[in-house]
Amino acid sequence: MIRINNLTKRYEKLTAVDNLSLDIEQGEVFGLLGQNGAGKTTVIHMLATLLKPTSGSATVNNFDIQKEPEKVRTSIGIVFQVPSSDDLLTGYENLQIHAMLYGVDPSIREKRIQDALELVGLTERKDDQVKKYSGGMRRRLEIARGLIHSPKVLFLDEPTLGLDPSSRETMWKYIQQLVKQEKLTIILTTHYMEEADMLCNRIGIMDKGKIIALDTPTNLKLMLGGDIVKLKLKKHDSDITVLKNLACVKKIESFDGYVILGVDDAKKNIPEILKHVDVESVESSSPTLSDVFLKLTGKNIKEQAEGGFLERYVQYDKH
Amino acid sequence: MYNMTSIRVYADKIYALWLREVKVFFREKSRLVASTFTPLLWLFVIGSGFSSSTSVAHSIDYQKFIFPGIICMSVVFSAVFFGSYIIWDRKFDFLKSVMVAPVSRSTIFTGKAFGGMTNSLIQVSILLVVGLIIGIQFSPLALVQTVVIVLLLSFALTSLGLTLGSYMTSLEGFQMIISFVVFPLFFLSGALFPIDKLPQWLSVLTTVDPVTYAVDALRNIILGIGSHPLGLDLLILLIYSCVLGALGTYSFKKMKAV
Ligand SMILES: Nc1ncnc2c1ncn2[C@@H]1O[C@H](COP(=O)(O)OP(=O)(O)OP(=O)(O)O)[C@@H](O)[C@H]1O
Ligand SMILES: [Mg+2]
Repeated sequence: MIRINNLTKRYEKLTAVDNLSLDIEQGEVFGLLGQNGAGKTTVIHMLATLLKPTSGSATVNNFDIQKEPEKVRTSIGIVFQVPSSDDLLTGYENLQIHAMLYGVDPSIREKRIQDALELVGLTERKDDQVKKYSGGMRRRLEIARGLIHSPKVLFLDEPTLGLDPSSRETMWKYIQQLVKQEKLTIILTTHYMEEADMLCNRIGIMDKGKIIALDTPTNLKLMLGGDIVKLKLKKHDSDITVLKNLACVKKIESFDGYVILGVDDAKKNIPEILKHVDVESVESSSPTLSDVFLKLTGKNIKEQAEGGFLERYVQYDKH
Repeated sequence: MYNMTSIRVYADKIYALWLREVKVFFREKSRLVASTFTPLLWLFVIGSGFSSSTSVAHSIDYQKFIFPGIICMSVVFSAVFFGSYIIWDRKFDFLKSVMVAPVSRSTIFTGKAFGGMTNSLIQVSILLVVGLIIGIQFSPLALVQTVVIVLLLSFALTSLGLTLGSYMTSLEGFQMIISFVVFPLFFLSGALFPIDKLPQWLSVLTTVDPVTYAVDALRNIILGIGSHPLGLDLLILLIYSCVLGALGTYSFKKMKAV
């Protein structure tokens, strides 16, 4: 559905997107994960024909982004990082105007608008001006707008940026519902690991304009060598020898009176381990995509991205 | 028959862009009130204030004399402001959402220009009603001619505003446009004084100002006095409209989306 070949965008000295190649199949939910400035938005802007690549090429829905921009635009819906609906218009009017701009046939226009409003749960508020909407409602309106012309591909640039935890979960529900109902190909960017984990079939981790890892969330987490099990043993020394001989244990370390094991599938194998050794306590944890990100880039994405953009703003101010 | 669907789709796109502008126009109350109020203030304060002291050609009451100029003032302000308002559309990303739709830049330009012309026409209508109150009467023909002149001038100046706005990325640019475009266009046009007996340097500036020809044409139509033949005014306005319209379309094609 999307083929990207050596796509590059350079601003004077800075290379925002560096020789990126990537194929995304129909029906996939693909996540682009990366810190501020990694180049996620730049990739999306180029694919959406808003920004001219410095070099390289790409096709969306088999149309070349540089040679057939209008056909690409008809094929895609997009939710920008910053909401772009007109504040003074109502939700309904925003959708109506966009339906006309996309040439949605008048005979089905009204129905498409109603369906889109229904899907994002804004039917009740459709006649309110957008300036009276909350941040979450605005983003949902943007999604409705992105879907109004039944696109093949939907781009979501940080769809949950600045939303509170419960609005974020609502947004995830909408996105998952979309995937089921509309058979879309979705490309989403995010800072939130659990979001990517939850929604995406495949994830590309971006750093400084390059994709530095590309796989399913599960495989990415496996890169770290499975789950971690932390035990406090009753008979420390003799049991360690027993543990070393177990097939499911990949790694073993002693730490502060505890034993830390690297285990393939902790849920399944903990009972097995407990059969062989006596323990006072047991704890297990699975690696998160944050751990993967930390390992790959040596940076903690959480510190950068935990807050919404307002918090980031405040942080800048403090310096 | 040539593809009817594509013509309808094209008309829909222009209509959508126009509709948005008109709705926004009526909802931005402060802008609407301010841009209607300013010309009225001029008409009554300057118009009455100078009536007593100034004598202009053809022994016409000064307030009536500047009425065509005040109509043009309203067009200058509404059209240039409207055009340069595109800076806000970009700032608040609305324009980005339009540019990512399958709508060509020249279509976006056309929709915007229609919006600007509509705004001007609405404001001028209010002034024409006020004109009736102060005793300025129109024949139906004069009314049609006035509308044509207003639309031409508005198109030219909306295009100018859109052109300038499309190159600007910050809101400070807006202040520059007011000081260096809006006020000179208005003051140099002869909206407030007869252009027959001006010093050389002023006369040159007045000659290149498109608003001059609209003021002259409206004086001709409304008061029956004018420095040029109506046809010449019309021709010059047409030329300005074409040139500025082409320039605006070109600037829109060059405008960066993000
Ligand atoms: N118009 C521009 N001129 C110069 N540099 C730019 C421009 N736009 C973006 N950049 C740079 O390109 C890089 C990538 O930016 P981009 O917006 O794609 O990052 P991002 O991954 O979307 O970040 P965020 O998570 O903050 O949205 C950044 O270093 C940014 O400063
Ligand atoms: Mg971004």
